[in-house]
Amino acid sequence: MSQGLVDDTAADAALGLARPVEPGPGSSGTARRVDARRVLRFVVRRPGLLLSVLVLVLVVLASFWPGLFTSRDPLAGVPSQNFRGPSGAHWFGTDELGRDVFSRVVHGAQLSLKATLIAVAVAFVVGSLIGLIAGFVGRWIDDVLMRFVDVLLSIPALFLSLALVTALGYGTVKVAVAVGIASVASFARVTRAEVLRVRQAVFVEASRSCGARWYSVLGRHVLPNAAGPVIVLATLDFGSSILAVSALSFLGYGAPPPAPEWGTLISDGRNYLANAWWLTALPGLAIAATVLATNRIARALDGEWSRQS
Amino acid sequence: MRRYAIKRLAQAVGVLWAAYTVSFLVLDFLPGDPVTAMASAGMDSGTVDPAQLAALRHEYGFDKPILVQYADYLGRAVRGDFGDSVSTGRPVSSTLADALPQTLQLTGAALLLAVLLGGGLAVVATYTSRRWLRQLLLSLPPLGVSVPTFWVGLLLVESFSFRLHWFPAFGNDGLRGLVLPALTLAIPTGAQVAQVLAKSLLTALDQAYVETARAKGAGRWRVHLRHALRNASLPALTVVGLLVGQLIAGSVVVETVFSRDGLGRVTAAAVTAQDIPLVQGVVVFGALIFVLTNLLVDLVYPLLDPRIVVASGRKAVAV
Repeated sequence: MSQGLVDDTAADAALGLARPVEPGPGSSGTARRVDARRVLRFVVRRPGLLLSVLVLVLVVLASFWPGLFTSRDPLAGVPSQNFRGPSGAHWFGTDELGRDVFSRVVHGAQLSLKATLIAVAVAFVVGSLIGLIAGFVGRWIDDVLMRFVDVLLSIPALFLSLALVTALGYGTVKVAVAVGIASVASFARVTRAEVLRVRQAVFVEASRSCGARWYSVLGRHVLPNAAGPVIVLATLDFGSSILAVSALSFLGYGAPPPAPEWGTLISDGRNYLANAWWLTALPGLAIAATVLATNRIARALDGEWSRQS
Repeated sequence: MRRYAIKRLAQAVGVLWAAYTVSFLVLDFLPGDPVTAMASAGMDSGTVDPAQLAALRHEYGFDKPILVQYADYLGRAVRGDFGDSVSTGRPVSSTLADALPQTLQLTGAALLLAVLLGGGLAVVATYTSRRWLRQLLLSLPPLGVSVPTFWVGLLLVESFSFRLHWFPAFGNDGLRGLVLPALTLAIPTGAQVAQVLAKSLLTALDQAYVETARAKGAGRWRVHLRHALRNASLPALTVVGLLVGQLIAGSVVVETVFSRDGLGRVTAAAVTAQDIPLVQGVVVFGALIFVLTNLLVDLVYPLLDPRIVVASGRKAVAV
């Protein structure tokens, strides 16, 4: 949130992250090696980015080792201590059953992050595969695949996810798959655009004319050079998947009740909005902070890094 | 012009047909037997009478081969008949038509707010010469796209309904009841409009024609609004076109948060009841909205940029 420049967002990603072809095969070993000190300097000069990385590290830690942050049981409540506001003992207060909300948010990170990772993985694998085949093979296969992608884009993402939830049923994994499939289209588009861009590059033509097989052209030249924008898109998609997954679990299609999924926490707190603001406000803050952090990192990956001197 | 119209119409019909097919495949073809789901939807116990199941299968034509079913359904859908809702028994088309006005009000108001707030923010942020103001304004849109809509809605209810008692927290009554839901729905959309518009405005301000206009003595506002904004608004318009479908879909969340009646509530209820015909109707309706807004956007382009000729079907890609 600190940098002044306008940033690239999902909207931009949807329009295609077009950029000129950099000269030379960037896939060689020396160019790939990242200087640790340069990374450090880059991050330290940007306090917003540093904070974002920190937030993301904390969320990842919380989802793997929730015990690091809280020793309280997310499911066991002390009924006499219900509806306590945020305090030193209960950072995020307690809910209607006297359960510690902070502990529920920390343990919920696991469910929400798992769902998000599945969603991004589905979108990434299926989408890039479609884009790769369309861009690399071309001809009628390209036409057929891209018309299919156009249709996916014409259905609003939430409606598509809801249709998939109707067909698949409820649960964290099913919701994650539904969210992932809804963002397949943008991955397919960006991957295809990148593959087409790289395929026409001089170094690809050179390697072809040297007699390289199609799979080695694909693996050694096309894929490494097309990967950048797709990875940026994956980072952006991580943020929007957190939002989509939590919206679906808010609507009640996620994990069944006692599980502390982030969206579910907020929808539970909704019943006590008038007397216990912390039940909705603080879990939502966790979602917002995570999404903000990943979007900031996506912005750093997309351009800021290469633009700096 | 006529050839262009026919071509666009054919494209629109093609997209709708494909959207219908995709929703058919997803809903009727995936695991999960629709009939069992329907029969058990209203009951708490898991036991369903097999004879009843068979009767239902026959009634909905699920005992026929899948292609025959598809042709049957498509034939009816072309005539606007999406079947009957499983949970209420009413025709899908009239259920959607009844719910639509409320949702159109909500999304219309949200779209207006999003364009005004997002556009205004972008214009002011690129116009001002105060560095801190620009930084502050430009830091808002990334925030707007990162917050969950339902959370924003609940926070607004908490502060403006329960604490300040300015607006009602629930229901559909009048303009006062529309303010908070429309604002909630407008925030993510407005933020995206602001991001795109600010970016293209900054690009436009670097162009030679801006220099020329300045050299000819045009005032700053005039240059900013008449020259830069007009040219910069094309990408923003494209984004708005893409976002309208998202607004309609966003009504599912916002109408749930504010307990408003409308298409979103109907959709949420349909998903909960696994009401397949109704969900399918909603999906196709979403695609219809997408097709219509894109058509509208294409018709508006030439008004903003006379160089774009509609008849050739070309779109100038600005920036």
